[in-house]
Amino acid sequence: MKKDIILAGVGGQGILSIAATIGMAAIELGLQLKQAEVHGMSQRGGDVQSHLRLSSKKIASDLIPKGKADLVISVEPMEALRYLPMLSKEGWLITNTNAFVNIPDYPELQEVLDRINATPNHIAIDADYIAKDIGSAKSSNIVILGASAPFLDIDPRNLENAIKNIFGNKGESVVQANIEAFNEGLKFALNNKCA
Amino acid sequence: MQRMLLLGDEAIAQGAIDAGISGIYAYPGTPSTEITEFIQKSKEAKVRGIRSEWSANEKTAMESALGMSYTGKRTIVCMKHVGLNVAADPFINAAITGANGGLIILSADDPSMHSSQNEQDSRFFGDFAMIPVLEPSNQQEAYDMVRYGFDLSEEQKIPVLLRITTRLAHSRSGVLRRDTKEQNQIRLPENPAQFILLPVIARKQYKVLLEKQNGFEKQSERSGFNQYFEAENRSLGIITCGLAYNYLMENYSEHEIPYPVLKIGQYPVPTKMVDKIYTDCDELLILEDGYPLLEKSIRGFLNKGKKIRGRLDGSLPRDGELNPNIVAVSLGLDDTIGEPVPEFVVGRPPSLCNGCSHNDAFLALNEALNMYTRGRVFSDIGCYTLSALKPLESINTCVDMGASITMAMGAADAGLIPAVAAIGDSTFTHSGMTGLLDAINNNSPITVIILDNATTGMTGGQKSSAFGKIESICIGLGVEEEHIRILKPLSKQHDNNVEAIKEELEYNGVSVLILRRECIQTLNKRMRTKHKAKQLEI
Ligand SMILES: Cc1ncc(C[n+]2csc(CCOP(=O)(O)OP(=O)(O)O)c2C)c(N)n1
Ligand code: SF4
Repeated sequence: MKKDIILAGVGGQGILSIAATIGMAAIELGLQLKQAEVHGMSQRGGDVQSHLRLSSKKIASDLIPKGKADLVISVEPMEALRYLPMLSKEGWLITNTNAFVNIPDYPELQEVLDRINATPNHIAIDADYIAKDIGSAKSSNIVILGASAPFLDIDPRNLENAIKNIFGNKGESVVQANIEAFNEGLKFALNNKCA
Repeated sequence: MQRMLLLGDEAIAQGAIDAGISGIYAYPGTPSTEITEFIQKSKEAKVRGIRSEWSANEKTAMESALGMSYTGKRTIVCMKHVGLNVAADPFINAAITGANGGLIILSADDPSMHSSQNEQDSRFFGDFAMIPVLEPSNQQEAYDMVRYGFDLSEEQKIPVLLRITTRLAHSRSGVLRRDTKEQNQIRLPENPAQFILLPVIARKQYKVLLEKQNGFEKQSERSGFNQYFEAENRSLGIITCGLAYNYLMENYSEHEIPYPVLKIGQYPVPTKMVDKIYTDCDELLILEDGYPLLEKSIRGFLNKGKKIRGRLDGSLPRDGELNPNIVAVSLGLDDTIGEPVPEFVVGRPPSLCNGCSHNDAFLALNEALNMYTRGRVFSDIGCYTLSALKPLESINTCVDMGASITMAMGAADAGLIPAVAAIGDSTFTHSGMTGLLDAINNNSPITVIILDNATTGMTGGQKSSAFGKIESICIGLGVEEEHIRILKPLSKQHDNNVEAIKEELEYNGVSVLILRRECIQTLNKRMRTKHKAKQLEI
């Protein structure tokens, strides 16, 4: 098993929680893991990314080579496109369709979405809407995680367990909200998984 | 043995706890901050009584650590690479006094300047101080090297420099923990003159340091962190260190490299090993993240003899961080790449948080300065440096911590009046206070704006040494009390603030305006914990 994943978003959007959840599930399964994070300057509303590598064998580099990522998982649509050079030809692009506009020159959203839809393997999901719909607006990152689940080669139940562990200290209601968010994302991906 | 999932920084912190440190000294700085934070949060560290408060700056941290080493106890001092410039005086001299209790200096370099003003390579500082340098290539090595470094430091009575880079600092992987060691007891230096660098003694101590050099090199030759991997194809030999070794392996399936490889993790450079690979192979390729230190020392001045490829001959870029693709190209392998980034994708530079007090402060300053020509705001390093960018475009300089006040003073001396200094609270106590004393003794016509958000914002909200002390420091340094004014940077106070700044700009001496409102991020964090505590009470 080998999965090379780029996680993308804007500082503060919660990509590190996605990484931590996948990471915990991977460790439980005895996989090797390397995860390069971004801290510091770029966390102030700038673009952030994380390289997450899982493998049943020893992993050499903390960074994924360009064109070799199996997945780009993004909580923001324009940020998803920033990492197209990282994505392999057979790879999947999983992204939120809600723009995070904190710059004056954000492109036309339709243009962004058109380009996403033109990628051969993709899931474009309105995670903010789904999260709000289940009454947990803050869980939109976990909706995205759910939408990525079919492509991770990890049993969704293992990911659910990881969610319980990671959000456990925030109380049962937060755990339940995130599990629901996860399953909604998962359901969407299974229904819309068209290559 | 316990397996943990740790950032490179956290592996170092856990390694230090397990190696029996009695204290850690540090000033925050990306990418080194998480080392100290890990120890501050660690229950084990608390039980063991490990001291871990933040220092005012890297120099005070280094000296405090040296004091702990003097007593025979183990200690680590941590900083980002530019912090080592601030601490350079005690750092270089600590090599001459030598250590007593184990002393590790951790310096975290930032190739590609993800969060820094330069990408200097701390290994050169180690070479300059003539002390051993350790450089891990993964999280496990980072953990192991701390224990090894303390043993080396005590055995050789020398401080040891541990160099990491951003990628390792902020990358997570599994780490196997070892047993923990008890802390040392107090045991003062056997030689009572060891730490007295009067010239007569310093000359002797310096000779001691020089005599140790051979031993350091022998240790490098024997070190398990310097490894020679034989291979059939000797048309090329590769010397590499740190993360570059991983990028090299990434390029070969099953990580089998067809050429001989020398992996260096401990300096001084093991010359015998380098000799061997130079003799055995037709050509050398040097892969190192940072400045070309190995390449320069192996080429020598004249670069006579076999071809040596690296950053200096253009086989690799001269600046910036390495990655698997850059290494592939230098090896003549295929560069891989996916689809290009669409043209309409624009940059997303970092910006001040919504509601940040600095925004209101600079809006007021901009307006107050409207009547003067532009180019008068000397600033410093912190979140407020983002005011250089659109839409505020308020500041004209950012060089090194503390430089705002002193640069404003120099400019005012040259006739640029009024000149303004804009400095954060943590930066002020880091190295702004001494500059302010100069300005007062010089009676400089400068207006100092202290952006007091009650925290060290840029690095994630660590406690600021300035907290609750700024006015008394200014009064103590000699600023006239009627020219110390406290303002609240809020939009509803805007007109008031503009007026106050205008008045002080006109004053022909040093005035200090303290713009005080808490950082939104730390405020929110505080409110959340308060809320949680309340819930628990119920
Ligand atoms: C010598 C040195 N040490 C540490 C740093 C890292 N650093 C950059 S800004 C900063 C703190 C700024 O805090 P403050 O002045 O209070 O401003 P704020 O970010 O809160 O606005 C630190 C520690 C640095 N750039 N240089
Ligand atoms: S972290 Fe604090 S000081 Fe920094 S930009 Fe945000 S609110 Fe302002």
